[in-house]
Amino acid sequence: MEQSYKIALAGNPNSGKTTLYNRLTGSNQFVGNWPGVTVEKKEGTLKRHTDTVVVDLPGVYSLSPYTPEEVVARNFLVGERPDAILNIVDGTNLERNLYLTTQLMELGIPVVVAINMMDAVEKSGDKLDTKLLGEKLGCPVVEISALKGKGVAEAADAAWNAAKEGKTVPPLLLQARIEEVLNQIEETALAGIPAAEKRWYAVKLFERDEQVRAMGGFSPEVLARVERLIQEMEEAFDDDAESIISSERYDGIGRLLADCYRKTRTGKLSVSDKIDRVVTNRWLGLPIFALVMFLVYFLSMVTVGQVATDFVNDGLFGDGWHLFGIGSNAYEEAQEEYSYASAVLDGYETYIEENGSAPAESFLYAVEDEETLAVTYETATLQDYEEALAILARYEEEPDPAAYGVWVPGIPALVGRGLEAANAAPWLSGLLCDGVIAGVGAVLGFVPQMFVLFLLLAILEACGYMSRIAFILDRVFRKFGLSGKSFIPMLIGVGCGVPGIMASRTIENDRDRRMTVMTTTFIPCGAKVPFIAMIAGAVFGGSPWVATSAYFIGMAAVVVSGILLKKTKMFAGEPAPFVMELPAYRMPGVVNTLRSMWERGWSFIKKAGTIILLSTVVVWFFTYFGVVDDSFRMLEESELDSSLLAAVGSIFAWIFKPLGWGTWQAAVASLTGLVAKENIVGTMGILYGATGDVYGALGAAFNGVTGFSFLVFNLLCAPCFAAIGAIKREMNSPKWTWFAIGYQCAFAYTIALMINQFGRIFIGGIQPVGLVAAVALFGGLLYLLLRPHKKVRVPKEKEQVTEG
Amino acid sequence: MKTLKDASIGETVRVVRLLGVGGVKRRIMDMGINRGVEVRVRKVAPLGDPIEVTVRGYELSLRRADAEQIEVE
Repeated sequence: MEQSYKIALAGNPNSGKTTLYNRLTGSNQFVGNWPGVTVEKKEGTLKRHTDTVVVDLPGVYSLSPYTPEEVVARNFLVGERPDAILNIVDGTNLERNLYLTTQLMELGIPVVVAINMMDAVEKSGDKLDTKLLGEKLGCPVVEISALKGKGVAEAADAAWNAAKEGKTVPPLLLQARIEEVLNQIEETALAGIPAAEKRWYAVKLFERDEQVRAMGGFSPEVLARVERLIQEMEEAFDDDAESIISSERYDGIGRLLADCYRKTRTGKLSVSDKIDRVVTNRWLGLPIFALVMFLVYFLSMVTVGQVATDFVNDGLFGDGWHLFGIGSNAYEEAQEEYSYASAVLDGYETYIEENGSAPAESFLYAVEDEETLAVTYETATLQDYEEALAILARYEEEPDPAAYGVWVPGIPALVGRGLEAANAAPWLSGLLCDGVIAGVGAVLGFVPQMFVLFLLLAILEACGYMSRIAFILDRVFRKFGLSGKSFIPMLIGVGCGVPGIMASRTIENDRDRRMTVMTTTFIPCGAKVPFIAMIAGAVFGGSPWVATSAYFIGMAAVVVSGILLKKTKMFAGEPAPFVMELPAYRMPGVVNTLRSMWERGWSFIKKAGTIILLSTVVVWFFTYFGVVDDSFRMLEESELDSSLLAAVGSIFAWIFKPLGWGTWQAAVASLTGLVAKENIVGTMGILYGATGDVYGALGAAFNGVTGFSFLVFNLLCAPCFAAIGAIKREMNSPKWTWFAIGYQCAFAYTIALMINQFGRIFIGGIQPVGLVAAVALFGGLLYLLLRPHKKVRVPKEKEQVTEG
Repeated sequence: MKTLKDASIGETVRVVRLLGVGGVKRRIMDMGINRGVEVRVRKVAPLGDPIEVTVRGYELSLRRADAEQIEVE
């Protein structure tokens, strides 16, 4: 029987690591996260040796202890000691890629080097003698082209053999003086360490690596002796220990390559250089960027993605759809005509009711906007009335979509019909249709949009433009603790926060990514638009400034939160170094692009789906059950005021008193907003609709200040469950998820409180306690914003260790 | 004392030493900017920061504030 091995795949970012990994493992992959960080962890089995597990390490340039990715990679290598390391090296960028190799070779683990993009190296006219390189490194070197699949089998076999034989690699020797000191360190401090691992620890001790010093259990005397050795060297080299080692490694690589690598300097600009000249051009850079962003948004949120999402929401998980869309237009026209005629007729009858006689000339009729419940009045003449009568006579009853084209009923309709046929109890069909299926629909409804978006992101990443986005926008975003790459999540967040949060995948840095995930949903998403329109219409007389201010408040919330959070303990420590490689432009591979799209989409369904489904069902139960006339039973939609949700709302309503809208109706509306923000409109429609005039009732219940406070709270507080699910998936930690949600709610509460309390100064009705609290919060906020960012002082001897 | 921040576009300079400490300095070294290496300033981002340089045959971007920590000649 073959023994099972564990092989780690290590390499620089942009070296083709993911492509090679997919080639090596095929579809036998398990995607998860490394513990404690948002960095993705992939495990799979080798296609050719199915008992051998391949672990994909995060792409790193070095095994320094500073970034979460590097810490994860080295903790795995040092802690779990895989049987072999397959190190992928970009052949077009040997020096920097081999820098990581020199560190991997010190671990006392067998290493196999796979030189990727050999075809590109040959095409450029450069000559690399891989055989000689292998002899010099003392480890197997394989030529591969991960994109074309060339040499991948050989690389897999070589790695498997290396794991089987367990033969370690000699480290790359540095200058004699340093080698001597490293030997001395081994003798002084590392007697108890296995011979193969001595080199790694010696180098790390020389670098004063805090992590190694802390875990090795070295006595103070030993450390003091090592320190003397280090200081001698530092004086001799007139440089610090870390710099000495780093320089020496690169010098060693230079000596190594001098013999086996010939570079032909053509002096001509490569295609990539030519592209870059245009794309990040001082003048054209920003317009091109705007164009690319417009395309991303337009394709994923407006056209393709929206069409697909509408189909899933209104067709598959709605009433149904017309096969191939045949009959849709005819049906819509008929429906429009019919509702117009009905509205005119209603207006006519209302007129008679109010005036006691038929209108002599013209009368008003009401038109209701489905999305925002806004009612407008139009004038109709008697002639219109005659026409309306004729239309209605023609239709007899409301047009049925099934009469136009081939009508395919949606899943809820189908299940509902089935349940009706089976005589199921109303609570059961309610649970299945309004709870479970609506929940599944809520999960899947985002998927088409997300797939389109992820496809575009995968292309942007693979072709190299994503790094340029960070390059172009860094100056703006770093001011509030975000990465230039945070722009895409925020932009997508205008359409929908869920794919927006998921788009933060493209940000490598753990801290930047968390910050982006926490702030993306401050941007008003599409589902909040009807709600904004409702408040604007009912409370502010339809002022366009309300919607404009909503977007500005969202952006301000992102900026303020960024500045504020980056100074907190959660985000403390050294800022992420923005020393970023700008990879050469490449044609994206079809398979890899599709694969990346699928993995991200699927991980949303799997990881975020459960929480979305569960919370939808729970809220459904609270909405449709309650006590009426002393008996607990299922409710009609119009009985929402007797529901458990209303009870919960009444319990919590007092919390919102200082915000100016401590009524149970407003509290309940905010709660149903958690299922989907557009639900707020529907809930308000039911709760304030008793008189038949929702906008009138709202206008009476809210004044300008309380209405705005209500609006802002609902814009900034915890997003819908789907977005919470996405946050949970991206944060990969309950602590961080709760921190994010808690922060959003607290921030929303603070801002809404200030709006209400300060607003009262102008409209009257000052609440002294609340005003004092608001002033205190305002002062606190200002202090947090303006206090200097505590610089992490790093003493020379003791280097700061940042752990994930 | 001249730093990489002062170098003009198109100029090629040689690194004399790295100032600063900790993670950012280590990252700069890990990316191949060490004593003695030649660095060519390629361009400046549309908003004036960061800058793009060529080092050891590849393109690297770094902020002006970090470039100021790199002494060159």
